[in-house]
Amino acid sequence: MIGVLRSAWLIAEKDLRVESRSRELIYTTLFFAVTAVLIFAFSFVQEDSSVPAGSASGILWVTLTFSGTIALTRTFEREREHDTLRGLLLSPVERPAVYLGKLMAVLLLLAGVEVVLVPLTGLFFQAPLGRAPWLLAALLATGTLGFAAVGTLFAAMLVRARSRDVLLPVVLFPIIVPVIIAGVRGTNAIFTPEADLAVARMWLGMLVSFDAVFLSLALWTCGPLLGE
Amino acid sequence: MSAGVRDFDRVAIDDVSRTFGRRRALAHVTLNAAAGDVIALLGPNGAGKSTLLSILSSLMRPTSGAVRYGAITAEDGGDPLRLRIGFLGHELFLYTDLTARENLTFMARLYNLPDVAGTVERGLRRADLADRADDRVGGFSRGMRQRLALERALLHQPRLVLLDEPFTGLDDRSADALVDRISELGRGGAIVFAATHDFDYAERIATRAACVNRGRCRELPAGAAPLVERYRAALAGDAA
Repeated sequence: MIGVLRSAWLIAEKDLRVESRSRELIYTTLFFAVTAVLIFAFSFVQEDSSVPAGSASGILWVTLTFSGTIALTRTFEREREHDTLRGLLLSPVERPAVYLGKLMAVLLLLAGVEVVLVPLTGLFFQAPLGRAPWLLAALLATGTLGFAAVGTLFAAMLVRARSRDVLLPVVLFPIIVPVIIAGVRGTNAIFTPEADLAVARMWLGMLVSFDAVFLSLALWTCGPLLGE
Repeated sequence: MSAGVRDFDRVAIDDVSRTFGRRRALAHVTLNAAAGDVIALLGPNGAGKSTLLSILSSLMRPTSGAVRYGAITAEDGGDPLRLRIGFLGHELFLYTDLTARENLTFMARLYNLPDVAGTVERGLRRADLADRADDRVGGFSRGMRQRLALERALLHQPRLVLLDEPFTGLDDRSADALVDRISELGRGGAIVFAATHDFDYAERIATRAACVNRGRCRELPAGAAPLVERYRAALAGDAA
């Protein structure tokens, strides 16, 4: 297990180093996220600065999901260039380590996006980010993990498919509907004026269960999916 | 070398076939190699040479038949078996946004090699890239990338070395150096399979040669005749 985690971290570290040089993913993902929030703000925020109830949580999760999909499509795409994925698979590293490494890199990237996205949503949509910060962070962390765990698996599955860019959202979104619903409802339970933290904790439990199921499934199936 | 990795001194390709849908890429290929053998795989484009190398690398499974690495198959050997296999593909498996040193360091750490820094330095010197070690690979010529990719493939001192068109893009000096390197590998006890179209270099490196044509593999008889003539005779035999 330690060997798998060590190899996974080496792969994630390499991905982050490549990203730090090209800054391709962070710029495109952030640009999309910020643009989406601005468009939503122009659409929903009234002249008296009031916002429709419940809009902040929906906008936060929709923006996160769509911008995350951009990051996911490129996760394995980079390894296709110069066939470096084959180089990874030729190494004595266990297949789950390759999956976990990719997942770690996507999670760190999305965490970077959330650092900008969450305060921006709070600012435009008057969301009370400080009401239950740890619970909100836990919802975001587990929701992002669930989204990225499934998305990374599908990205691996589609790496050799010709129309992978189109197929990824088509196969990903139906599966992650529970994540989006739990994230939106849990976050909304924190953001509403009559905050109900027990409800938020219930949705958090749902997300933890989803993560456990899909992460186990992904680690179990990624070997054959990554093979030739 | 990591403990627990079973070494081998021969590779046996035993009646291996591989199909992709209805297309047959390899048909009943049987070939044995022992430590020190440098086998040139010759054949026209699309003959099945790269498929054979992929199966030997354990990345691809044969549809039927088996490859034995000593006494074990790829399934028996699992992931640790790949510690004993080095592969230089037609694509070079290099990260162009990383420097030459970072590429080798990443691989050395992934293979869990001892003395990563020393191993990487030796690899860079052998690739004749010590003075460009901290430049990004994206700025390298094809020949420089090819030399670096070769050292990446040999970093862990594999027993089985698989080279797919290793002379592509190399100038005369680099190609001569590669001939010496491959010969040195053979003398050191490695088993080398090199798929190439270059008969001059194949003649210089190979202790044995095989012709792969339409998925079938036939070892060329040893003899005084130039390799290209023996190859053409084999192709003519296949056609007849």
